[in-house]
Amino acid sequence: MQFLSYLINGLGLGSVYAIIALGYTMVYGIAKMLNFAHGDIIMVGAYIAFFAITKFSLPLPLAVLAAMAVCTVLGVVIERLAYKPLRQAPSLAVLITAIGVSYFLQNGAQLLWSSSSKVFPSVISTGGISLGSASVSYLTLITIVTCIIVMVCLTLFINKTKTGSAMRACSEDKGASMLMGINVNMIISITFAIGSGLAAIASVLLASTYPSVYPTMGSMPGIKAFTAAVFGGIGSIPGAFVGGLLLGIIEIFAKAYISTQLSDAIVFGVLILILMFKPTGLLGKKINVKV
Amino acid sequence: MKEKKSLLSFGGDKKQRGRFLSFAIVIIAYIAVEILMKTGNLNSLFTSLLVPITCYVVAAIGLNLNVGVSGELNLGQAGFMSVGAFCGVCVSGMLAASIPAGIPRLIIAIICGAILAALFGFVIGIPVLTLQGDYLAIVTLAFGQIIKSIFMNAYIGMDSEGLHVSFVQSNFKLQPGGKMLLNGPMGATGTQKIANFTVGAVLIIIALLIVYNMMFSRSGRAIMAARDNRIAAESVGIPISRTKMLAFVTSAALAGAAGALYGLNYSTLVPNKFDFNTSILILVYVVLGGLGNMTGTIISTVVLILLPELLRSLQDYRMLIYAVVLIVIMLVTNNEWLMTKWKSLFAGKAKGGA
Repeated sequence: MQFLSYLINGLGLGSVYAIIALGYTMVYGIAKMLNFAHGDIIMVGAYIAFFAITKFSLPLPLAVLAAMAVCTVLGVVIERLAYKPLRQAPSLAVLITAIGVSYFLQNGAQLLWSSSSKVFPSVISTGGISLGSASVSYLTLITIVTCIIVMVCLTLFINKTKTGSAMRACSEDKGASMLMGINVNMIISITFAIGSGLAAIASVLLASTYPSVYPTMGSMPGIKAFTAAVFGGIGSIPGAFVGGLLLGIIEIFAKAYISTQLSDAIVFGVLILILMFKPTGLLGKKINVKV
Repeated sequence: MKEKKSLLSFGGDKKQRGRFLSFAIVIIAYIAVEILMKTGNLNSLFTSLLVPITCYVVAAIGLNLNVGVSGELNLGQAGFMSVGAFCGVCVSGMLAASIPAGIPRLIIAIICGAILAALFGFVIGIPVLTLQGDYLAIVTLAFGQIIKSIFMNAYIGMDSEGLHVSFVQSNFKLQPGGKMLLNGPMGATGTQKIANFTVGAVLIIIALLIVYNMMFSRSGRAIMAARDNRIAAESVGIPISRTKMLAFVTSAALAGAAGALYGLNYSTLVPNKFDFNTSILILVYVVLGGLGNMTGTIISTVVLILLPELLRSLQDYRMLIYAVVLIVIMLVTNNEWLMTKWKSLFAGKAKGGA
């Protein structure tokens, strides 16, 4: 029964992708931009958690909170300084600025903390439980549970609170929501804050899974999570969840049954196939354009 | 309003001036560099950067045709460069015995690289270019990753029995005396360096000729019409998918040619060289140079490749400064107030001169 343990490991990896993909999809849904610096916010979060645990010997929950606080502030500051002046600019200009921010964060981290990778302390106990013949580590379980909690909280927040409905309104029609008295700039800032906070949670899970922290650690998970967001239908929150989980499962199965080195090629190949048959992603909405 | 302005700048005398200017810049720069090299005034660092600069200029001109003229975002230009590079290296390696002279072999390798990259572009373009929206961006991003991981696992070699291709290292065996062309993650090793600056400069001129002839012809106007208003263009009978495909395949072919030249400039070339960051870097050259503006693309590519080298004295801070420069340029050029001030300054000068 190797299959079951692969499936659970895939769900674990997919949960991390899903949490990161939420950040991409929310920002895309509301600000209509691809935030390429999102992966590097994960990296900053991982460094903050690393120093909180090793230098200040904080317990894990406090370290996660510290990482979340720093990332949230960082996300909002980046949005205010770099993206807000470009609200009216063509989307390519915003994309290039996001790339600039990404370079800035990576090279800043390299200057501050050196480019060599640091070993992330194993704060989550290494043991596991056995399900039938498959054994599951606590880390994987915690990752999956965290992802489910994040999803439930976010869905409740989006659907039940006033800010949540304002966010949904903004993603549908910014002009109309401004006329309804919604502070659109505020909503965009809140979106960036939530996305970056989630990135911090993902960063701790990611750094514990591959126990190392380095300045470019965020770029590959960032690209994969972006793929996951597109997979599920960019702009859709349940889509990011489904897309992230599926991407994780496909990646682990491809590694286990086909080839470790070719797993990336398979993941992106599946993405192209899905886009060919369902261009808006699995759960994306079809938009009809009227002449 | 903005669309109208950009269209106007293509028309009339300005169009001719722009074309002339870009050819003039390339030729003058080529002559200047040759003189500097002959008199020994160019240090080895800049000499080693000459061929890579020409490669990136060609790839960026191609990408500008796709992003600026056709209006489709492409995040996988490095993938096409990679296809061209490894195809070129393999072709050159295979022909080494039959064509010992460097230049004809280089030209054949460049043509093969361009054709293979164009073929890949065509295959990718079929499902994507019929769709509306940013799908090309995502699919080309995925293509870049796929190509990278395929070349990381490709083992190609040639011996007395012919060509061997394998994706599993343990299955790959060559007869004694055989020649390894591609060695998985190690890439191409022991390549004969046959690329030179003159061929690079000629390649830029050819790329400019192709792109300008396309832009100012019937098909180029169709490409721009499809970019500016898809529905209006369709209603006057322009086949949207076919015109977009033309721009995309040409862009891929130019990237392939550039890649082949790049690959033959180094004795070793790893597949990791052409990753997502390289694609993004080429996109940055295009956007900073100005969408649809080939002269701007050439200048920004040269400046942005030389900038980190010129900032070398700042050591560790140079990439940080590079990032800040990038952000500030984007913020300033998209700030309407600053741009109107800037333009009025120039208008005033022009009046004063007249």
